[in-house]
Amino acid sequence: MKKIKTYSEINERIKNGNAVVMTAGEFKELANHSKPGELANKVDVVTTATFGPMCSSGAFINFGHSGPPMRLEKISLNDVPAYGGIAAADAYVGATETANPHDKYGGAHVIEDLVSGKDIRLKASSKGTDCYPRKEIETKINIESVNEAFLFNPRNAYQNYAAAVNSQRRKLYTYMGVLLPSCGNVNYSTSGEYSPLLNDPDMRSIGVGTRIFLGGTQGFVAWHGTQFITSRPRNESGIPVLPAATLSLIGNLKEMSAEFIKAAYYEKYGTSLFVGVGIPIPVLDEDMAARLAIRNEQIETQVFDYGLSERPVVKKVNYKELQSGEIELGGRKVRTAPLSSISAAKNIMKLLKEEVSTGKFLINEPVEHFPKNTTNKALEGIEHG
Amino acid sequence: MKSRYVFVFPTEAINKPLTYHLVKDFDLKVNIFNAYINSGEEGNLALEIEGSPGQIQAGLEFAKSLGVECSTLDKRVKLEHDRCINCGACVAVCYSDALKMDANTMELNFDKDKCTVCELCTTACPLQLFKINFVE
Repeated sequence: MKKIKTYSEINERIKNGNAVVMTAGEFKELANHSKPGELANKVDVVTTATFGPMCSSGAFINFGHSGPPMRLEKISLNDVPAYGGIAAADAYVGATETANPHDKYGGAHVIEDLVSGKDIRLKASSKGTDCYPRKEIETKINIESVNEAFLFNPRNAYQNYAAAVNSQRRKLYTYMGVLLPSCGNVNYSTSGEYSPLLNDPDMRSIGVGTRIFLGGTQGFVAWHGTQFITSRPRNESGIPVLPAATLSLIGNLKEMSAEFIKAAYYEKYGTSLFVGVGIPIPVLDEDMAARLAIRNEQIETQVFDYGLSERPVVKKVNYKELQSGEIELGGRKVRTAPLSSISAAKNIMKLLKEEVSTGKFLINEPVEHFPKNTTNKALEGIEHG
Repeated sequence: MKSRYVFVFPTEAINKPLTYHLVKDFDLKVNIFNAYINSGEEGNLALEIEGSPGQIQAGLEFAKSLGVECSTLDKRVKLEHDRCINCGACVAVCYSDALKMDANTMELNFDKDKCTVCELCTTACPLQLFKINFVE
């Protein structure tokens, strides 16, 4: 396929303030009456976004050294345990960690509180060593007082996700929200045609080192995410119809905003973190333009019955149907709900468009592309006799 | 017209057939959608009343004369809308369709007139933004 423009040409236009930048919404409207070739000639960058609960998120923090020095081993932040099994003053706080099993305050809330500039109570203990003699510390920290704080999320921005329904006679409390009995609702969780990995399904422009919008600042794609599955079946529009690729993301927590980093608690499930992710996609050629033109009706997913342990597929649906507010299931209308904030995704796309248009946000060519043909392995337990 | 109310009964009023009188004496259509009786203390009833404004007013006066507190249902429902992120988790459980996503903006609409104070949204909201107390 004929290459229409390069990354450096696009970045040159961004720096000069002449790049044509559109949100995914605007681009798709234009695509209704333009051919991919015309679109690729006309548009340089399309912004995409998602703002959903992403459990596989967390932050590395370096607290600084106390006097006398201490190796912080058992660590809590507002009583939420943080992982201290790394060097002396480093820790990792994960979004789903809580002090007690049913707490509504967890690691996600610690991260949101840090981003909001609130003081956090740090408690730590250590066995004490010759080089790190101190054994206990209790103090207050905040985003300003710590040396470094960066979000490092192993699995975000899922490329498609299954929708959930519950055929059983009792309510289910899940990470997909509350599922009413007797198929009373269908919950889904992607931003559909605005979602980054659904707009570049082969990840031609998204790889290690891609510059992204993360939580209100500029961050990067660090790696392919965990449970990265490229071997999922695809529909005729080239879209995987099951959860497929994912991204591991990194960014400076000190520059983030609580508007795009929001702690969540799901009843009888636990805590999670809404993460605002935006990815600008360069329109390098006709193929990229054609992919970016994809609409909700071409993006399909499967409805899984979470009421049964094998989670059978109940129905195939597309995001136009899901976003309409109800779908037909077993001969009746069932309400649908998004869980991922589509209005916040729209807002992120607009903000990112503004950043790119005004020369503040350049497009990185991936340093390394993601692996192809990956599959998913299951975990087998060992039976003890 | 149709209006939704929460009635709070003192123990003494529990023995009186209130809904019977509302229907028979005041020609009101009564639809009960939530009820809670805390034996020995008080009872709560969430209901919709349909009739002419004059009939509804007279019916409410009658209920009050029995010692029943009547307040409009929307007073029991509070949402911190300015903190809402429009995720839609509440819409999933709102079987009365009071909470809906606007299909264009994908923002939350809350039509309090359709609320049945079932309280399901209070646990569904991941940010705990609903304060709904059918029983205070």
